[in-house]
Amino acid sequence: MSQLSTPASQADAKVKMNPVYAKRLLTHRIGIALSVAAMSVGLIVLLWILVTLAVKGFGALNLHMFTENTPAPGSEGGGLLNAIMGSLMIVVLSTLISTPIGILAGIYLAEYGNENKVAAVTRFVTDIMLSAPSIVIGMFVWAAYVATAKHYSGYAGSVSLALIAVPVVVRTTDNMLRLVPNSLLEAAFALGAPRWKVAMLVRLRAVKAGVITGVLLALARVSGETAPLLFTALNNQFFSADMNQPMANLPVVIYSFAMSPYDNWRELAWGGALLVTFSVLALNIISRTVFSQKTPN
Amino acid sequence: MNTQLNLDNNAAASAKAKPAKTIEISGLNFFYGKTQSLHNVNLDIHDKQVTAFIGPSGCGKSTLLRTLNRMYDLYPGQRAEGSILYRGKNILEAGQDLNMLRAKVGMVFQKPTPFPMSIYDNIAFGVRLYEDLSKGEMDERVEWALKKAALWTEVKDKLNKSGLSLSGGQQQRLCIARGVAVKPDVLLLDEPTSALDPISTSKVEELISELKQDYTIAIVTHNMQQAARCSDYTAYMYLGELVEFGETDQIFMNPARKETQDYITGRFG
Repeated sequence: MSQLSTPASQADAKVKMNPVYAKRLLTHRIGIALSVAAMSVGLIVLLWILVTLAVKGFGALNLHMFTENTPAPGSEGGGLLNAIMGSLMIVVLSTLISTPIGILAGIYLAEYGNENKVAAVTRFVTDIMLSAPSIVIGMFVWAAYVATAKHYSGYAGSVSLALIAVPVVVRTTDNMLRLVPNSLLEAAFALGAPRWKVAMLVRLRAVKAGVITGVLLALARVSGETAPLLFTALNNQFFSADMNQPMANLPVVIYSFAMSPYDNWRELAWGGALLVTFSVLALNIISRTVFSQKTPN
Repeated sequence: MNTQLNLDNNAAASAKAKPAKTIEISGLNFFYGKTQSLHNVNLDIHDKQVTAFIGPSGCGKSTLLRTLNRMYDLYPGQRAEGSILYRGKNILEAGQDLNMLRAKVGMVFQKPTPFPMSIYDNIAFGVRLYEDLSKGEMDERVEWALKKAALWTEVKDKLNKSGLSLSGGQQQRLCIARGVAVKPDVLLLDEPTSALDPISTSKVEELISELKQDYTIAIVTHNMQQAARCSDYTAYMYLGELVEFGETDQIFMNPARKETQDYITGRFG
């Protein structure tokens, strides 16, 4: 009896008895439960992938992986040195190609995007390229570069990766630059600054960190692309720093080793997958922490 | 010979009585797309005097100010008709060097907008556009501009810090220093103190009366007391029309139009 007579519990009882509120509360709880469940599915799958990679690839993570080249079929041991080296060189070159093109194109779109037809078409084409199948890009570079040069090469690999990275950089640069408020740009124009100076010294500087994020995310994206490299850089069993010849790279090595009958090959494939995944993860984390920028300065 | 002397005296007398006109606006109509927001505006901005534009929100004061340095040119849908003579040259004609115009007719905006650079570079940015100064000369110019904006003592030890690290009132004074550093001919101020606290506001108003000695100033303000305190000439605008224009004392104490009187006494607006 005394439990029911306190004011708080009486008020509580009043509220709970209201059927409209009770139904709304139930709907709310169901909604929240479904959202959490959906998020959990995604999160669980991600964690499962990372854990599987860590467990299976950890065995291959030793000094040999970084000091020995890919083993010949049937031989013991071996590492991924040539593949790691090759991937690094191909990806670095593709970043060097795609970053200036992407940033300058992004600046052009942000400055002239509302004014002329060329800019509108450029934006449209960029959006299409963003979702172009990477294997198609690989075939294109194969036909245009590899077939005419009559050999596979690391350079061709870099070109195909750059073609995938450019639209990403253009999009992020364009989006970030368009966030810069007109008031800041007007202040620069009011001093008599020419348009290109306003674009480079004021607008770009205001979103520097955001643009760097775009570049890092493009880098993360291309470091895992396999299909284009199959047609362009192919693979190389031996160590080679000659980019004008077929070049070993992690994604293609993983592809060819993963379904092979050799144990050491399969183990190296897991090790390679671990390396690639965690590098991409690190790039994402760096871009979201060190270079995070929600609004322009 | 006697007549010659008389003529000279007359010329001197009339020059003292009426300052020269830096900007002459005639028949100005302004359009945002299809909407007309300025209707047949005629007024003059006098040399080394402060001209204030007052009126209720939306009356076209800022629009008018922004025609004087062709700032509206940045936006495709906006256009102006009529003539604005700046030192005899019609700036509304096509084929103008707008950058040179804006270097001579500077503008400070309502919202402080420091560039994402150091305080020193904020000031030097405008100067570097048109002048080639040595490091020593640039240091002097930066110091001079910051002193003019009454900001030097507060920032002299942190010139390398970002302009964004200052408070709101300091940022606005930085923007004023930036506008003054390029030594423009005319300075346009678009509600420069409406985002500031009272102490910063009074500092900026002191600054305006000091700047008047060297620059022609046009100021848009919501604050009538500010217009009465700071300006020599006042223009009252309403719904895109210039209702009355004259010397400030005359406008505030003895306005010719009833609409002006209603606005000034607070019966309206």
